[in-house]
Amino acid sequence: MPTLNTKLASLELRNPTLLASGILGISADTLEMVFRAGAGAVVTKSISLEPREGHRNPTIVGLEHGLLNAIGLANQGAEAFKEELQKMRGEKRPIIVSIVGRDSEEFAKAAALLDDAPVKAFELNLSCPHVKGYGLELGSDPSSVAEIIKAVKKRTKKPIFVKLSPNVTDVVQIAQVAEEAGADAITATNTIRAMAIDIESFKPILSNKVGGLSGPALKPVALRCVYEIYQQVKIPIIGCGGITGWQDAIEYLLAGARAVQIGTAITYKGLKVFDEVIKGITSYLLKMNFKRVDELVGLSHKA
Amino acid sequence: MAYLIKPEKPRMKRVKKVVKETESFTTIFFDDEGCKRAKPGQFVMVWLPSVGEVPMSLSNIDVNGLCSITVKPVGPTTTRLCEIKENELIGIRGPYGKGFTLASGRVLLVGGGVGVAALLPLAQHLVKNDSLVTFIIAAKSSKELIEPTHIKELLCPPHYLLIATEDGSRGVKGLATDLLAQVLEQEEYSMVYTCGPEKMMRKVFETAERRRIKIQASLERYIKCGLGICGSCCVGKYLLCKDGPVFESEQLKEVLDEFGKKKRDSSGRFIEL
Repeated sequence: MPTLNTKLASLELRNPTLLASGILGISADTLEMVFRAGAGAVVTKSISLEPREGHRNPTIVGLEHGLLNAIGLANQGAEAFKEELQKMRGEKRPIIVSIVGRDSEEFAKAAALLDDAPVKAFELNLSCPHVKGYGLELGSDPSSVAEIIKAVKKRTKKPIFVKLSPNVTDVVQIAQVAEEAGADAITATNTIRAMAIDIESFKPILSNKVGGLSGPALKPVALRCVYEIYQQVKIPIIGCGGITGWQDAIEYLLAGARAVQIGTAITYKGLKVFDEVIKGITSYLLKMNFKRVDELVGLSHKA
Repeated sequence: MAYLIKPEKPRMKRVKKVVKETESFTTIFFDDEGCKRAKPGQFVMVWLPSVGEVPMSLSNIDVNGLCSITVKPVGPTTTRLCEIKENELIGIRGPYGKGFTLASGRVLLVGGGVGVAALLPLAQHLVKNDSLVTFIIAAKSSKELIEPTHIKELLCPPHYLLIATEDGSRGVKGLATDLLAQVLEQEEYSMVYTCGPEKMMRKVFETAERRRIKIQASLERYIKCGLGICGSCCVGKYLLCKDGPVFESEQLKEVLDEFGKKKRDSSGRFIEL
């Protein structure tokens, strides 16, 4: 049987699927459910230093080929979430905590606070597209990206992943800056800035007006980001964006991702999407005569 | 691709009728095909453009071709909804969630305050299904008592409608749970359904458990996506918008540290109920 085990920085994953940040990951119970569904690792909801209530509803709109969300980084705050994570002390599979802040000090403090929780790595949210002062605003500025990574590295020895936005002029440049500053992996990508307007009331539907587009519509864009980043950086890339079936996962691996994150697809297919993707990858490897899933990584770049 | 839940934009509907249920509550009627097919106990996300979006149980499902929600003013959106006029626009997503399962034989419904609204379609379905229905409707005072005419007409013998108010301004003076204890002394019931303040439902559950009677309770939590992905509405390992809002005894037993005791606020932190 082909092996799906893979390594992401120093993390050992039993298979190359991870839960994407922002989906289900606000409590120990729900994260547990995702592990039981077969995910190789989970990325939690983005956690800020102080608790955040997030935006008012409507925070989600279903569109033709994806979801529009402006949840607004709602989270319990680092102190309370650390207690939540303690419930998962015994978990062997990697829990990656996403952290978010308005400047390098907030990022560093959040990482320091959470460092002795059951955390195997941190994913820095430098890409949320719908909250003023957070995410994309920092992640589109190379010097902020470098400063934040360096500040976090001073407070934790754990691997640092950086989640980038497709909404920048040159995502490859940001990825290179991140690598140079010491990031251990790149997650490509977060959602695209987008909106929807109701034609009967004439109003934008989201209370925040602008949100992030995820799901199938995002896939060709994020896939292109992975492909281009792979050409220029050596650290591993985690593909994220519109993966709903095993074929999507394979595309991302071929583009250069070592692993993939799944989020929005859970709305469409439920948690059994993990099993479906894992089984599909295994069948593909068998059919195409591969022994290990990491043989696929970057294959589309070969002449 | 096969969809479990098909995410959608809000369906825009004009308000057809507004009924002041009591001094406190307002029932808003609208015409929507999706909601006409809802099961009792399911809920919808109601968008009031420029104001907000809130989860509401359906209080009428295809009654004279219309559906409704019954609103208590507790926050900015519900307060504004209570002032809505005919022909104004609201957006509807859903129906979502797991509704009530119909039981046969003699059944008991226990509703507290605005929670009674969620039980109304259930009462109609149970009567149509030839169950024998006893409905306890309770509230702090007559100001918060939901007693729609069509339910009073529906629950004439062999069914029972029992009313209790804490201040005695209508019906028997006392709590829903006082009446419940008396009623359970007198008859055997195959199922108890309840919706209302969660501390009340916890007591209903414990009383029923002592007599080995199963219950179905409709709970409430902070809901954002309504689709089972943001996790905001979690109760233990359950997602209220997808696995609930109706939970059975066996499920409630798994979340006893939260049920009737605490819930998560919009940031996800626990607050005491």
